[in-house]
Amino acid sequence: MNQSNSNIALQAAGLTKIYGSGHTEVVAVRDVTIEVNRGEIVALLGPSGAGKTTLLTLLGLIRPPNMGRIAIEGTLVFDNHQAKVDLRRFRRQKLGFVFQKTNLIPFLTAAENVRLAMEIDDQPAKVSRKRAMELLEYLGVAARAHNLPSMLSGGEQQRVAVARALANRPSLILADEPTAALDSIRGRQVMELFAKVAHEQNAGVIVVTHDHRALDIFDRTLEMEDGQLRKSHN
Amino acid sequence: MIVMGMGGIYRGIVEDAITLVERVEADLWVVQKDTRGPFAEISRIPRDLEDRVLTVPGVESAHGFVSHTVQRKYKSKPLRLTIQGLSWPIDKGIWLPITAGRGLSQAHYELVADKSSRLQVGDKLALGKEIFTVKGLTKGMISQAGDPMAFITLDDAQAVQFDLSPESIRIERTARVNRLFNIELGQTQPQMSERASGLNSGIPALGTSMISAVLVGVKPGNNIEAVAEQIEAWPDVSVYTKDGQKQLLLKGSVDRARRQLGLFAVLLIIVSAVIMALIIYTLTLEKLHDIAMLKLIGARNSVILGLIMQQALLLGSIGSCIAYLLGQWIFPYFPRRVVLVRGDIYSLGIIVLVISILASLLGIWRAMRADPSEVLS
Repeated sequence: MNQSNSNIALQAAGLTKIYGSGHTEVVAVRDVTIEVNRGEIVALLGPSGAGKTTLLTLLGLIRPPNMGRIAIEGTLVFDNHQAKVDLRRFRRQKLGFVFQKTNLIPFLTAAENVRLAMEIDDQPAKVSRKRAMELLEYLGVAARAHNLPSMLSGGEQQRVAVARALANRPSLILADEPTAALDSIRGRQVMELFAKVAHEQNAGVIVVTHDHRALDIFDRTLEMEDGQLRKSHN
Repeated sequence: MIVMGMGGIYRGIVEDAITLVERVEADLWVVQKDTRGPFAEISRIPRDLEDRVLTVPGVESAHGFVSHTVQRKYKSKPLRLTIQGLSWPIDKGIWLPITAGRGLSQAHYELVADKSSRLQVGDKLALGKEIFTVKGLTKGMISQAGDPMAFITLDDAQAVQFDLSPESIRIERTARVNRLFNIELGQTQPQMSERASGLNSGIPALGTSMISAVLVGVKPGNNIEAVAEQIEAWPDVSVYTKDGQKQLLLKGSVDRARRQLGLFAVLLIIVSAVIMALIIYTLTLEKLHDIAMLKLIGARNSVILGLIMQQALLLGSIGSCIAYLLGQWIFPYFPRRVVLVRGDIYSLGIIVLVISILASLLGIWRAMRADPSEVLS
């Protein structure tokens, strides 16, 4: 695994995740190797049960693989099941997450939700306030900065969630079906936003999606089936 | 609020118990031999003991003390009063904390009552065979049992205490004559029966009035303990200092009340802690998804722990403030006096904080188990 190339956001090799043991053993992810560059947006496709979300939990450093290695921004994070870094700290500093449900804290305003990601990383309030407003402006929702999530449309909420994911300047953004709750027009807008973020913020983006209508936006698509990566299209 | 109220009731009981002992300017309490004084148990001593006490070197004043409780119907409602006899004319109740009207200014039929009795200056009250007029009102003069005190002259207090209906008097006189003929005295001196059928005061041996205690003032510069020792040497009385009398009160029925209230308070604190723990646990369960999300985006455990503890402390603090404000409003309507002491409120605040922290442990335990992958679809 080449860890010296600074343009590589993610390198994962031979990832295997097994749940249960003996006759209840399920191999959710089998020998997956994946590499994502900075500034690249990759779609991860596949039917339900293919192992997409499990792969995301491995790449998101939420669960350890049984086998395989994961390096992010050149730093080896997992060597088989052994963590080589403080995973929480690594997650908040190097990774950004966007979910199907936006998971915004309902009693915090849009700006406060974005600031939250920076404040848990002990960034000064002044810095986090400025950065939050910059990001909301960049994503076109600055006017809603002081609104609660319940006052925002689904698309606006997702933009705020993207802003939160970008808050700590991550090298890799993982999005789990971010457009599933949106109509096709808003869904495409959000996908375009991810492409913009990938290219302009120089972050690698992996989007798990079922939405085949917006695949033209992605630099690359990967297809999973039965826990394995089957195809890769450029 | 209930725990605060219980603490306040205990303080009220203590204050009520020692109010009179504190207010009455007596250095020594002389009571019936081997009794614990007028508050702990019945004490009966002859009134002329006052004169005997006055002969002791170092004694400046000695006056009788009578205390008993009456219950009468007043304006169609039951009225309980703890009657205190003042040694008129030496003691006119100048020491009383009078808030309206005046003290006693004549030997009979005047009364000073605590305002918690709801009596007003000018009200007329039938006690014994006489009508008493309320001439003054005091504040905070409550008996150990929580009844308002009423002050009348010692003679009136005794008249009220030993008041009997005319029929009772007639029956007693007849019984007395019969008893007389059953003893040798009646058979050798049959003319005694004429006296026995008459007034109590006509029979000196029976007519000596009894009081509860003699309050003794010691001359300045004299050793109170030394004076007490001299009186204590008499075989018919026991003597207590002011502090001794207070300790008797506090270690007697007040102590039992304190322990009972303390036990209830501890039980309530435990119940409150359990309820609070469940509330915080439920609130944590409601926010489990947000907690999992925070863990997913890399929040440290200390951040999550801090959030839950903050919530618990906020809940406890707000609850305490509401309880205090609500208590200030409701406690004056409690049947017993509720005395909130600053120290008690601070202690309770600390207890609430400790409960909040302990109660949050269950929520923290659940939050620590939240799996960040729950956030993913």
